Amino acid sequence: MKPRQKRLAIIVGGLAALGIAATLILNAFQSNLVFFFTPTQVANGEAPKERAFRIGGLVKEGSLQRSDIVARFVVTDTAKEIPVSYQGILPDLFSEGKGVVAQGVLGADGKFTATEVLAKHDENYMPPEAQAAVDKAHEATRTLKQ
Amino acid sequence: MIPEIGSFALVLALLVALVQGTLPLIGAQRGVPAWIGLARPASSMLFLLIAVAFACLTASFINNDFSVVYVAQHSNSRLPLEYRISGVWGGHEGSLLLWVLMLSLWSLAVAAFSRSLPDDMVARVQGVLGLVAAGFILFILLTSSPFERLLPGAEDGRDLNPLLQDPGLIFHPPMLYMGYVGFSVAFAFAIAALLSGRLDAAWARWSRPWTTAAWIFLTLGIGLGSIWAYYELGWGGWWFWDPVENASFLPWLVGTALIHSLAVTEKRGSFKNWTVLLAIGAFSLSLLGTFLVRSGVLSSVHAFASDPKRGIFILLFLAVVVGASLTLFAWRAPKVSLGGAFALVSRETLLLINNVLLLSAAGAVLLGTLYPLVIDALNLGKLSVGPPYFNAVFTPLMVPLLFLMAVGPVARWKQASLAEIARPLRWAFGVAVAAGVSIPFFYGGWSGSVALGLGLAIWIVGASVLQIISRARSSLPPRAFWGMHLAHMGVAVTVVGIVMVTQYESERDVRMAPGDTVKTGEYQIRFLGVEGISGPNYNAARGNLELLKDGTLVMSLHPEKRKYFSSAMPMTEAFIDPGLTRDVYVSLGDPLEGGDGAWSVRVYYKPFVSWIWGGAVLMALGGLLAASDRRYRLKSTAARAGKLAAQGAAS
Repeated sequence: MKPRQKRLAIIVGGLAALGIAATLILNAFQSNLVFFFTPTQVANGEAPKERAFRIGGLVKEGSLQRSDIVARFVVTDTAKEIPVSYQGILPDLFSEGKGVVAQGVLGADGKFTATEVLAKHDENYMPPEAQAAVDKAHEATRTLKQ
Repeated sequence: MIPEIGSFALVLALLVALVQGTLPLIGAQRGVPAWIGLARPASSMLFLLIAVAFACLTASFINNDFSVVYVAQHSNSRLPLEYRISGVWGGHEGSLLLWVLMLSLWSLAVAAFSRSLPDDMVARVQGVLGLVAAGFILFILLTSSPFERLLPGAEDGRDLNPLLQDPGLIFHPPMLYMGYVGFSVAFAFAIAALLSGRLDAAWARWSRPWTTAAWIFLTLGIGLGSIWAYYELGWGGWWFWDPVENASFLPWLVGTALIHSLAVTEKRGSFKNWTVLLAIGAFSLSLLGTFLVRSGVLSSVHAFASDPKRGIFILLFLAVVVGASLTLFAWRAPKVSLGGAFALVSRETLLLINNVLLLSAAGAVLLGTLYPLVIDALNLGKLSVGPPYFNAVFTPLMVPLLFLMAVGPVARWKQASLAEIARPLRWAFGVAVAAGVSIPFFYGGWSGSVALGLGLAIWIVGASVLQIISRARSSLPPRAFWGMHLAHMGVAVTVVGIVMVTQYESERDVRMAPGDTVKTGEYQIRFLGVEGISGPNYNAARGNLELLKDGTLVMSLHPEKRKYFSSAMPMTEAFIDPGLTRDVYVSLGDPLEGGDGAWSVRVYYKPFVSWIWGGAVLMALGGLLAASDRRYRLKSTAARAGKLAAQGAAS
């Protein structure tokens, strides 16, 4: 091969590799996006039925039940509530009245089965999603009153 | 008084950094020897002043001076001394001060170990480092001074976040920051070379040990973070594709690409522009990492409460650094010579593929990390990208990378032949295939991914061993040769750990009442009960469990659930019985209702998990051998390399 052809071959090969990599990446990306919904949005039926998504808000006071390895609690944005069940050990910072983000699937009965409850590093820290959910609900009630 | 001295030292440091960042640069462009000569003393002065500021903050921590806001927020009179000292970098302000301290330390090191470099080059490198330091000191002074007073002073501090009260805090952040900040040296060398127009083999040779040094620290820092998350957070995972983990992994990937690209630039004079771009990229990603961690934009396990205004400053700083360096690059790059030509089958091509794969991986990780932030910033909704995405993308990119890792060192520069590459490696290939396919049979069930992972690992180690044997027969190879092979074998060891733990681990959260037994791996674990104990600044529930093998006691297990006095937050302290081929991991969940004294208990069995970190240590050791190679310390060789490159460019 002449030097020019060699360079061309390298460039074509490189572009092909990049193309394959980009396709791989975007494919995997599309199917693994996890969307976030507030309890109000879930109550309005905006959340997907079979795909996993995240919910966030506050753990309702007095709602936590933990007799078995399955923990049950209620997530609220102060407007709407969603019952959640989670099989496993809850993170250290999980407590009633505090912010929480959970990932899982919504059942036909309106109950949310979480596969993951997100832990936070700092007790004074509110997950941005949970904060946004509560703020949104407050804003909605304010506009209603006006 | 002490905090004011610290504050004053920091202001002086800003002035020194501004001098270091301007006069030597201008002097080097115009040829003013007096200004060029300022570079070295300025960097010593800068380090001294920042060290004074850092010492002042440390003194305030040790003396429990709760009239300083930062100390009151991150310490407590009952906090043990080692955590009062490491608590200095337990929060935002202090960790930035640590960042700048590391930067000035690197700058000092460059000044001390650059006797063989031309003075104008040193001046330019120090100038760039001075500008970066000035930016960060300004950031600290404007938005996040750790020396602010609280009047009247607090009675006692709020205490360090219990999660951080761990030896991990003492080592992980300094290591990681040394790595992050270390890429500023590679960046400064690249900018200096662009400014001077001397983008040659000598420049690559000067950059190499510094880049490798930064990479060593980053490798160890990431490894330490992974271990810490594994045992302290009570999760038992070693990597979560968490945005902040990704933020440290991105510069690592690009830095690894940079190390390999620098090899081509030094030996063959090719890839110059590309190497410069990688150096700019690695440092920019370090800055991006700092932004991601410190801005509070992330919903991540690492996201501590923080102030978004600070994020804007870092983002602006990042924009200036990236914008200015790319503009300089666009201006200078067309004048750079292309370097030696090479054939399709050659070491150059293999290293090019290495770079393409590493950068693709970095691009994929960057996409998954930033996309949710961009969507959120544009108000298009909230979403996240889960670990399945990262695994699905990362694995297929790593398989060819690992395969070619064994091939690259065998291939000759400029022109190699496939037969010449295949001949010495055929035994390694045969052994790798045979062992990869057969070992999973003996180990808890055959699996394609384990066969592939083990096969690749054995392939890499086999190829390295064969090359070491054949090379050592004639003469003792240089350190760089050993370093490369040791680092490659380290990757293989990490791969073994990853595939084994991913495929054969068992993770169970179970309800256990006293007397209950649960099986894990070849062991049984019996739960006896939980008792109350008290520590220096916490009370704890301590679990009593027994690890049994075939009914006989191996050891007692004591995981704890701690409650620190100063915080409402409970802390899980996992109990781990580590081993070469498996870890047994138990941690306590919560007491369960039912009145029988039952707790939720996490029981993990993790085969070969320690190999993941062992591999990282080998990689770092390999880097250390490579960076300390004799030829980097010889003055004459640098000059010779310059001549060689001139010839290479001419041919």
